[in-house]
This record gives sequence, C-alpha cells and structure tokens, in this order.
Amino acid sequence: MPSSSRTPHVTLTEDDRPGFSRGYRLQHDRVREQWVIQAPERALLADPIAVAILQELDGQTRLSTVIDRLAERYEAPRGQIATDVLALLSDLTEKRILRP
Amino acid sequence: MSGAPDSHMENGTSTRPPAPMSLLAELTHRCPLSCPYCSNPVELERKAQELGTEDWLRVLEEAAEMGVLQVHFSGGEPMARPDLYTLIAHAHKLNLYTNLITSGVLITPQTMKRLDESGLDHVQLSFQDTDGPEADRLSDFPKVQPRKLEAARLITQAGIPLTLNFVLQKANISRITDMFALARQLDAQRVEMAHTQYYGWALKNRAALLPSRRQLEEAARHVAAEEAKGGLAIDYVTPDYYADRPKPCMGGWGQRFLNISPSGHVLPCHAAETIPSLTFDNVRDHTLSHIWYHSRAFTLFRGTDWMPEPCASCSRKEIDWGGCRCQALALAGDATLTDPVCSLSPHRHLINEAIAEAETTDTQVFIYRRMGHQAS
Repeated sequence: MPSSSRTPHVTLTEDDRPGFSRGYRLQHDRVREQWVIQAPERALLADPIAVAILQELDGQTRLSTVIDRLAERYEAPRGQIATDVLALLSDLTEKRILRP
Repeated sequence: MSGAPDSHMENGTSTRPPAPMSLLAELTHRCPLSCPYCSNPVELERKAQELGTEDWLRVLEEAAEMGVLQVHFSGGEPMARPDLYTLIAHAHKLNLYTNLITSGVLITPQTMKRLDESGLDHVQLSFQDTDGPEADRLSDFPKVQPRKLEAARLITQAGIPLTLNFVLQKANISRITDMFALARQLDAQRVEMAHTQYYGWALKNRAALLPSRRQLEEAARHVAAEEAKGGLAIDYVTPDYYADRPKPCMGGWGQRFLNISPSGHVLPCHAAETIPSLTFDNVRDHTLSHIWYHSRAFTLFRGTDWMPEPCASCSRKEIDWGGCRCQALALAGDATLTDPVCSLSPHRHLINEAIAEAETTDTQVFIYRRMGHQAS
C-alpha cells in the first residue's frame, strides 16, 4: 500500500489541474447564506475569494486558465491573482482537500 | 427559555435559535460488539421499536430543509440495517454530507461496493486497540482486529476518506504511538483519539477505564509530537475529568447538534435520555423542525437563562454552556446544576474521588454492553 499519508510540502504550478478529493466539496449553505467546504466530520467556512477560486476547479482545467479568467473577471493584476491562487490551492492540496 | 412558541426572548431582543448543523442518526442499537464504554444508553432499544425506512427518508428531507449539513449514520452497528444504502443514497441526493460510523466487522467487498455506489462521503472506523487480544477482550468479539484491518483496506481501496477512532482508556493509552503508526500505515487521513466519556455503560465501568493523570500527560506529549510531524489530522478529545473547566457539551444544548434514537426520539445529545425528568418528542409524531425549535427537551437548557450559579455570573457561560447536563445529573444528582467537572462547582470533589478510586483500582473486569441489561 502506498504510504501517502506523510504529505510533503506542496507547491502547485500553473500547469497543475487540481480538483476536490473524494469526501470534500464546495457547497452553498442556503439556510445560513454562506459557502462551506464539506469535509470529513466538519464543514469549513469559505471566504468569498476562496469561493471564487474554488468554483473554477474541475480537475481538468489548467490553473493558468483559471488565473486568466479570474484576472479578467475582477480586473486585477494577473501576477497578484496568480500568487493568491497558487498559495491557497497549495495549502488545500497539502491538507488533502484538493488533489493535484 | 419560556414565552410564546415563536418569540424566543433574550436580552429584550427576539432571537431565533440557530439551525442545527449536524445530525447523528442512530439507526439501530443492535451491534455484534459489546464494548464496555459504548455511548448507547444502558436501556437499549430493540429491533421491533426501530423506525422504518420511510420515516428515515422523511427525516433526512426535513433535516436538509432545516439546514443540517452533515449526517452521521451510526448505531449500534448501522450496517446491521439492510436499508442503510437506500438512506445514504437519499441523503447524498439531498446534498447532505454522509458519514458512516462503523465497527467495520460487516464490511466485505460486496457491502463496500454498495456503500461506494450509494455515494458515501466518509467512513469513521472504530478500533479498540492496536493489540489483537486486547481488542478481542474489549469488544468481546473473537478475532475482531483482522476484520477491522481488512475493512480499512477496502475503504481506502474504494478511495473513500477514512478516519480511525480510538476510545482511549487505562489499558490502551500506553499504545497511543502504535495507534498513530497504524493510522499512517492504513493511509487514514484523520485519527480521532477520544478519551472515554463517562455516561451510561462507561460510567458503570469507570474504575476499570479511567486513566491516571500520569498516563494522560504522557499521552498528551505523544499527541503533540505526532501533530508536529504533519500529514495526519488528529482530533484529540481531552478527558474532562482532568480539566478545570467543563467541556461545552455538543457546542451548547440545542445549538448545533441533534441525535435521533433508533425508535425516533429526538435528543440534544446521545446521553440525554439518562435525564429522567425529560421526555423526548418522536419524529413519528412531530416534524424535526417543530421538535428542534419548540419541544421542551430542546428549549429547557438552550441558551443561558436556565443557568444556576456559579454559571449565571461566569464570563465563560457562552463558552462552556454550563458543561454537560447528563454529567451534572449522573454525578451531582441534578441536571440543572453546574457540571461537577468545573473547579467552581461545589461538587468537584466527586470527580477527584473518582480519579482516586480509579488510581487504586486495577480491576479489569468489565460490565459488557448487552441488550436487556437491567439498570442498577
């Protein structure tokens, strides 16, 4: 059995195509009017920036494309968007919420 | 809280209690194992009393409508119910997060396939120990460990995230490092290290289960060391007997959590039926929403209005929520008192006496969980 439980420090690049791991998903909580990441035995509150990024993920689209789209939609500097996206998604991948 | 059903008055402003986040669906009390710390009540419900499939399907719909996000299918052993797959699939369709809390002994390649196909999101698999003979002794089930190891293999092979659950007690706490090693070996994402909570069965067996302060401090050091390694999420449930302040039981009575018993009683926590002065409404008679917002069992200890001293004037009253009502009843004889774990409680000496009793007890004879056991 592969011993993948010791996840090393993860750094995603714009070539990666991350998606949610099984057992995790982004979900709108319509009763409390907020977005949550459903996870094993907990629901994590997702802030609006995280929601905007996570909604773009499908496990097939390259992050370079995701970053282009977000930079255009929010009329923000691409470099800044890229930094934010890669930092957030690397962290979530390290936590196994996303798979690279 | 009192007053008209639709006006929950607090500090002069109308506030509606929060919607529940989480539902523990105890599908059955039947279980092949007989663990002496089982969280089920001493008076176990029988198969003939259990809710039918149609009732559970309706309850899941009502829960999703109210704002419940996660459903934990538990028991007993929930896999003893043949309609488990139907219920998981229905919850999944309702966008509820589905968690199976199981002993694993009924997981086979065939049942695993059905769980997978019904859309199960996560499994919490219980282990009694890392030592095979000790696991047999605790569960009173012969050769239990190989079946659990095989269950873990099948779960991760299906790609479903796995949490291992260990109930920590006097006889297994020294093997906590082996438990972490097993979790990593089985590729579990999380491990829940839960100190025994002393209600019902566990209270009967407390002297044989409660670890010493020295054992506890050693375990806490191992937890910290394991957390520092990373790569394994650790949910460490601390033992309230060794704390100065009580645990905020269930995040506050009727604040986040509800529990449905096999026969359909709706409870604010799984031990609430130990409080004899409370009666619990049933999903056969009322909607879940009505029971959550209006039933006496939920409104009685919700919020802070019910609190006695020293809770009422305490700055932590909305942190601790007075601690555990069942523990106040079980130890101090009155569910409306401050949890005796609190060092400000006049009953704290009861906890200290229990710790002293366990330290001087080396009895390893358990009262095992059984149907038809008479409460003593």
